[in-house]
This record gives sequence, C-alpha cells and structure tokens, in this order.
Amino acid sequence: MADKLVTNARDLTNSEYFYGHRACAGCGGSLALRLAMKVLGPRTFVAIPANCMSAVSFLHPQISFSTNSMISPFAATGAVLSGIEAGARALGMKDYHVVGFAGDGGTADIGIQALSGAIDRGDRIIYVCYDNEAYMNTGIQKSGLTPYGSSTTTSPAGRNLPGATRMKKNMFEIVAAHDIAYAATASIGYPEDYLRKISKAAQCASTSYIHVLAPCSTGWGFPIEKTVEMGKEAVDCGLWYLAEFENGEFRLNRKPREFSSLEDYLKKQARFRHLTDKDMDVIKGNRDRKWKKIQDQWTV
Amino acid sequence: MDRPKVVKYTPPECVEDYPLGAFQAGHLVQKNAGWRVFRPVIDHDKCIGCLRCFLVCPDGVIDKSGEKLEIDYDFCKGCGVCAYECKVNAIRMVKEGEEADE
Ligand SMILES: Cc1ncc(C[n+]2csc(CCOP(=O)(O)OP(=O)(O)O)c2C)c(N)n1
Ligand code: SF4
Ligand code: SF4
Ligand code: SF4
Ligand SMILES: [Mg+2]
Repeated sequence: MADKLVTNARDLTNSEYFYGHRACAGCGGSLALRLAMKVLGPRTFVAIPANCMSAVSFLHPQISFSTNSMISPFAATGAVLSGIEAGARALGMKDYHVVGFAGDGGTADIGIQALSGAIDRGDRIIYVCYDNEAYMNTGIQKSGLTPYGSSTTTSPAGRNLPGATRMKKNMFEIVAAHDIAYAATASIGYPEDYLRKISKAAQCASTSYIHVLAPCSTGWGFPIEKTVEMGKEAVDCGLWYLAEFENGEFRLNRKPREFSSLEDYLKKQARFRHLTDKDMDVIKGNRDRKWKKIQDQWTV
Repeated sequence: MDRPKVVKYTPPECVEDYPLGAFQAGHLVQKNAGWRVFRPVIDHDKCIGCLRCFLVCPDGVIDKSGEKLEIDYDFCKGCGVCAYECKVNAIRMVKEGEEADE
C-alpha cells in the first residue's frame, strides 16, 4: 500500500491499468479513471455501474482494466463495493483496494441509497464520482448534478426555460453529513491535487469519497483538446471548488484570489451558449452565496 | 515502450465458446489508431521533460520509461490534449498522411 502520497507526474507509475478504452477522444472521465488506477495500482478491485466508463471499457471481447473489474447494477455501486470488500476480507487478502467509479447520475440520483449505506457501514472502499454533469452515456439527459442553465435533451433551452432550472445537488456535503472518514472534491483540471486526494483515500481505513469534475466535450460542446483546461476554468471561475472533509472539518484547498470570468467559461460551451445576462446573474448569485458560506464556515 | 498490446483473438464459433462468468482482464483485441485525424509529434529538442503530457493524456499512451517520451500510436486518439497542455509547444498535431518534418 502506498505510504507516500502521490502528488506529481514524476512519482506516478508508468504502468497503465486502464487502457485501450473506447471513450470519446479527449474524454475527461477516462482521464479521471486512468489517474486513479495508476495511484491505486495492480491490486485493485473495480466496480462500475452503467455509465460511459463501463460502456467504453467492457466491450466483449475487450476489457480495458488490467485488474479485476466488473459492472455493477446501476443503483448498487456502494453495495457491490461493500460486497467485494467483505469477500476479500473473508479470503484473508492483504494489500488491496476496492474502488467504484460512478457517474453523476449513478451517484447523486440512482446510486445515492447504496452509497449512503456503504458509508454508514464504514467499509474500507473508495467511491469515486466522476461528474460530467449529465447522463452522458444515454445521450445527455439532466441529472441531479446538471448545473443551472445547462441545455440537455431532457432540459432543453427554449423560450420558456433556460435549460436546467436547478443548481447542482450538493453531493460533497451530503456525503460529509454522514460523518465519513474522508471526502474530497477535485477536478481533472488540477490533476496533481486529484492524485493527492486519491492517494489519501487509498490510505483511509474506512469509506472515502472523491467527487471529481470530469468535463465531457461531447455533452458540453467544447473542442476536445480543451478538456483539462475546462476542468481548470470551472474551478478558477468559482463554479467548482477543491475541498476536503476530514475529522469532521471542511477545508478549502484552493482559494482563487479573484474569480476568472464566469461568462468566458460558460460561453465556451454549447450547452450554455443560449444563456441571457439574466441567467448569468442567477448563476453568479448562486456562486457568490456558496462562496460566502465557504468563507464563513470552512477552514480556508 | 511499456504499454498493453493487442492480442490475437479467435471469435467464438458457437454459443458454447462464449465465456460464462469471468473473462480475461486487460484483454485488447483492437487498436484505436483509426480514430485519429491528427497525430501528436513530440519535438524532443524543445521538450523540457515536465511530464505534463504524460499526466493529462486521457488514454495513457505517452510512455515515460525510456530516455525520451514515446507515444503509443496504436491507441492514441489524436485528441490534442497533450499538445494543448504543453507549456513550451513541444508537441505538434500533424495531419495523418502528412510528414512531420517542415
Ligand atoms: C437501472 C438502469 N436504468 C437506466 C439505465 C440506462 N443508462 C445506462 S448508462 C446511463 C447514464 C449514466 O449517467 P451517469 O451516471 O451520469 O454516467 P455517464 O454516462 O454520464 O458517464 C443510463 C441512464 C441502466 N443501464 N440501468
Ligand atoms: S460522452 Fe463524454 S463522458 Fe462519455 S465517453 Fe464521450 S467524452 Fe467521455
Ligand atoms: S508537456 Fe511538453 S515539455 Fe512537458 S514533457 Fe510533454 S512534450 Fe515535454
Ligand atoms: S493526442 Fe490525445 S490520446 Fe494522443 S497522446 Fe495526445 S493526449 Fe494522448
Ligand atoms: Mg454523467
């Protein structure tokens, strides 16, 4: 088991444990999985419910994981992870990790009950939510983590509605409210921070949860080479944040001195291109309210 | 270069040949090279070895085990993330079928 935290590319193994997958070129979710697997290493059991990542890595006769991996029922990621962990323990196995990679839909909507149960049991499992902000694998439907103003096939922007009309469900704090041992938000736009958080999760003796923003050029509508850049801009403009929850305390890891332009970030994406100034004000208002709470209540 | 390789696969001839239960992990039978319109080409004279490209490649096709970085063109999809993220512009995206040299 890794004792030293992995925080940069130099310390990261050259070996790949998630390879040859069929994700779209430049897919942010696949980068999130690839980096997590590199930190966790060859003795890692993987469970993935129905989502883009399972669709692109289990195409018989291909399997892109070089470690034990399986597709779980959509709603059951947390329960399946607990089961794998119980099995490994019963076999007396040592030095292994159990990780799940569920999408935003699979986490904040359909898998939330199983996740809640797993955290409550305190099993030594790592739950990674890769958040591409919609049900992408089935063609961009709105999830509980789709942000306000995002046009999806089930929240189309038009004369009457600006796209999705709700803010993102606050999954990180919902998880933290379980008094989980370790939870963190991350973004593939800040890969070193993400590596560090995955390695902290790997060292955690109980349940851990990482919520990583994973831009999707197909669903968001931006040029494919900008995937990592979009993940960075989301943080820089304050619509996403890098934080940890540990020992019952929230800590902000990155405090932007000044937000970068929120309009720039939004207008780069087809899903937001229709937004009016009024919509922008709604988004800005929500962002500022959230940051006020962070400033007031968290260690910053 | 140390990257997973495609293996030879004989498709099942009848239903009984299909696997029941577990199947071979890390089993690749097809390359992804056909996806590419542009291929990344590293200028090793310009490269400062920061490993940013290795870190952010969604497909993990940039190998750092040798003296110079090497790209596994069997699985590179040509997304251009590596070139976009390289601070010193040491990676050029070259149209497939065209020469890398100016
Ligand atoms: C019980 C069940 N309901 C619906 C589906 C259809 N389905 C497969 S993938 C998917 C989208 C998953 O979205 P998300 O969890 O956000 O992951 P993403 O595809 O965006 O990576 C849906 C709805 C299913 N496979 N099983
Ligand atoms: S649709 Fe988005 S999340 Fe799904 S494989 Fe393509 S880029 Fe990745
Ligand atoms: S990002 Fe550019 S400079 Fe850094 S290792 Fe890659 S090619 Fe070299
Ligand atoms: S073009 Fe994309 S897939 Fe190819 S090496 Fe660069 S980042 Fe990786
Ligand atoms: Mg999703």
